Amino acid sequence: MNLTPELEQVRDEIKGYAIEYGLDPFETIFEVLDFEQMNEVASFGGFPTRYPHWTFGMEYDHLKKSYAYGLHKIYEMVINNDPSYAYLLKNNALVDQKIVIAHVYGHTDFFRNNYWFSATPRKMMDGMANHATLIRQYIDKYGFEEVEKFLDICLSIDDLVDFHSCFIKRPQTVSKTADIHKKEEDEESEKEKIQPTRFPAKDYMSGFVNKEEALKEEEARLKKEEEQKKYKFPLNPEKDILMFLIDNAPIGNWQKVILSIIRDEAYYFAPQRATKIMNEGWAVYWHSTIMTEKAMRDSELVDYADHHSGTLGSMPGTINPYKLGVELYRDVEERWNKGRFGKEYNECDDMQKRKDWDLHLGIGRQKIFHVRRVANDITFIDNFLTKEFCEKHKLFTHKLNEITGMYEISDRDFQAVKQKLLFLLTNFGQPIIRIVNSNYKNRGELYLLHQHEGVDMDIEYAKDTIENIQKIWKRSVHLETRLGDKGKLFTFNGKDHIVLNTNS
Amino acid sequence: MVLNIEKNHQRFRQIVHGKIKKELKKYITNSELIGKKGKQIISIPVPRIDLPRFRFDPNQTGGVGQGDGDIGTVLGPAGPQGSGKAGDQPGAHILEVEISLEELAQMMGEELELPNIQPRGKKNISSEKGKYTSIARSGPKSLRYFKRTYKEALKRQIASGTYNFENPVIVPVREDERYRTWKLVEVPESNAVIIYMMDISGSMGTEQKEIVRLEAFWIDTWLRSQYAHIELRYIVHDAVAKEVDHDTFFYIREGGGTKISSAYKLCSQMIKEQFPVNDWNIYLFHFSDGDNRDNDDTINSLVIIETELLPVANLFCYGQVKSAYGSGDFMGEMEAEIGKEPNVAISKINSTDEILDSIKTFLGKGK
Repeated sequence: MNLTPELEQVRDEIKGYAIEYGLDPFETIFEVLDFEQMNEVASFGGFPTRYPHWTFGMEYDHLKKSYAYGLHKIYEMVINNDPSYAYLLKNNALVDQKIVIAHVYGHTDFFRNNYWFSATPRKMMDGMANHATLIRQYIDKYGFEEVEKFLDICLSIDDLVDFHSCFIKRPQTVSKTADIHKKEEDEESEKEKIQPTRFPAKDYMSGFVNKEEALKEEEARLKKEEEQKKYKFPLNPEKDILMFLIDNAPIGNWQKVILSIIRDEAYYFAPQRATKIMNEGWAVYWHSTIMTEKAMRDSELVDYADHHSGTLGSMPGTINPYKLGVELYRDVEERWNKGRFGKEYNECDDMQKRKDWDLHLGIGRQKIFHVRRVANDITFIDNFLTKEFCEKHKLFTHKLNEITGMYEISDRDFQAVKQKLLFLLTNFGQPIIRIVNSNYKNRGELYLLHQHEGVDMDIEYAKDTIENIQKIWKRSVHLETRLGDKGKLFTFNGKDHIVLNTNS
Repeated sequence: MVLNIEKNHQRFRQIVHGKIKKELKKYITNSELIGKKGKQIISIPVPRIDLPRFRFDPNQTGGVGQGDGDIGTVLGPAGPQGSGKAGDQPGAHILEVEISLEELAQMMGEELELPNIQPRGKKNISSEKGKYTSIARSGPKSLRYFKRTYKEALKRQIASGTYNFENPVIVPVREDERYRTWKLVEVPESNAVIIYMMDISGSMGTEQKEIVRLEAFWIDTWLRSQYAHIELRYIVHDAVAKEVDHDTFFYIREGGGTKISSAYKLCSQMIKEQFPVNDWNIYLFHFSDGDNRDNDDTINSLVIIETELLPVANLFCYGQVKSAYGSGDFMGEMEAEIGKEPNVAISKINSTDEILDSIKTFLGKGK
């Protein structure tokens, strides 16, 4: 349903304010949905058309029940697309709609201007619908069960992509000849480098210290190793496992298309996952600024405050990305307004002086616009989370006490909090896994390596996941990881799971 | 806008139901009694249908939070609490699929292939129920029917010529107002009473009572799904029988001899006094370890069943629970005497694993 004339007026008014403040949003199309439709669209990740899969049904079930029991209500939804689409809940009060509209313009400005969104397709509304059509065709052709079974597999590995890969700029050369030739030369010179180890010894002792047979043996071994490297593929560890499987796995064409649809959608959603704190923080910053300075009428104050605090409230012991985001923007704004940055400020250890520090620079607004252009959650936290902020907002880390089975506050130290936050954000809080070899043991087996960073993987989940990868790769799949300080190699060969200890 | 969530939702429900169907046996035999909450809604924690993926061991991950508290302050138990992941991954929540008792009964019915019960004729009494489907000219403001009121006002204004096309303002007056009101509807209702009888003589131990308790719960669930109104009565007996309440029935422990006929006598009397056979569907369940005092009483018991209970009951079920203290042969005698009667079901329950089969025997007749 389109906007009512009243809402249209409100939209135009708020859009005017947004542009006055310097926001640069996409053209945004608002639609009004009732809560049933809202739940439906929300369970499809905001798109009215997605391919059929029960996981969307599961989301729906959850949303519907939460709504029915009054636990949770979706106020707004906005789609990164050009033009952007946003949905308003039909029976919300006017003041709520105002907040949502202002909030949405924050998001669509962010979509348009944040660097990490620069590589996303902007016609995804159509893209998703096309994906759905393709998959429906396959369903007609190969049967629902068959396609669903494959989708289940794909969705279990849909996060094995390399979010940064779309930003890596590779040098473009006109001719590849030189490149290839150089590579060959490199290989030649590498080969020449293969020399057995000679221990320094006096001439007359040389024959004894560096025995001829031993030298030959070692040379032969090194050559063999070098030779084996040739069978190694990919040459460099590959993090975009989905792409690797699409290119190399022995699966049917339709399966490759589905896998590639899942991968496209994963890349589309990745920037939103990578900027959750920033994006929501930015939207909250702008809805509160626009509402409190411009759009709100006196009679709406109480409702506004109620709604706004609801958005920013957090359960005790948890972090609300809306709140963390907006508070961090405000902190940055204040620091840059007062000049609380740079060498001199950082090295000042007089607490009173730091507290009163004010150079009247007034460049805070400018700074946060800059931050919203270049940062993602990781760099945002890394660059702008300060000790003072941490203390003011009472941040802490928590962990499980295995004896009592309870979560406990474990640390309030700034470094620990920052480190934990960054850890939770790195690779979307998921283990980093790469394909290091697809011809392991020269038998075409897939070898995955988990880059262990102090937290073990969930082994039961990992086993089932490599089982799924094996169904695509068809040959054995290995996963090297660590449990505590013990190296482990998990293998699934199509029938059994095997676990070996490795010495690394 | 094309919406196609319904199919996905159904699919999800099917999978969930499928899961529960397979686990249903487990629920029954695991002694996992599922609690009622509020109005017949119970919550079964269903393992979220979670596609496997590479992830960290949730117990090791930890997280960041905000708020007061010293180091060591307990935040909450491990498990499905959203431990404040700043990444806020979509879809990373534990889902409890809530199932109403009715749905549960339906699933059980499907799993056990239980036929729907045909209530016996004439035992349907109807009751009157108010439904808000009617319109009145007066009523409380909260029930004012805006649309109808508006229409009346519009009609009046057009008829009286005060309607102005240039400035279409409609002002309802008192006579225009319409209110929602109720209409009495007759709803047929069939009533049922379940009378549970249990032997609590010295030989019935905790384990035996557990079996009875679980079986009673599931029978109860099924019959509730079939009748609008269910009455429950409990009788315990050793050498004498008495009526008790629900809690006592399940937790009482008494010793003593056994005189089965005493229970049947009480039961028969209860039916006569409180549940006239024309108004009630009557279900009788008796659980015992089969050890009766003497043969005379056994014969006496069977006579009561045949002459007094069977003619009035929809179903008479006897479950013989295996006991460590040796089992008598009440079951054998009963089978020989009345085993062929259409409204008698007899089953032997040796362990909790056999509860399901026993329920099937009892309720599979569709009586």
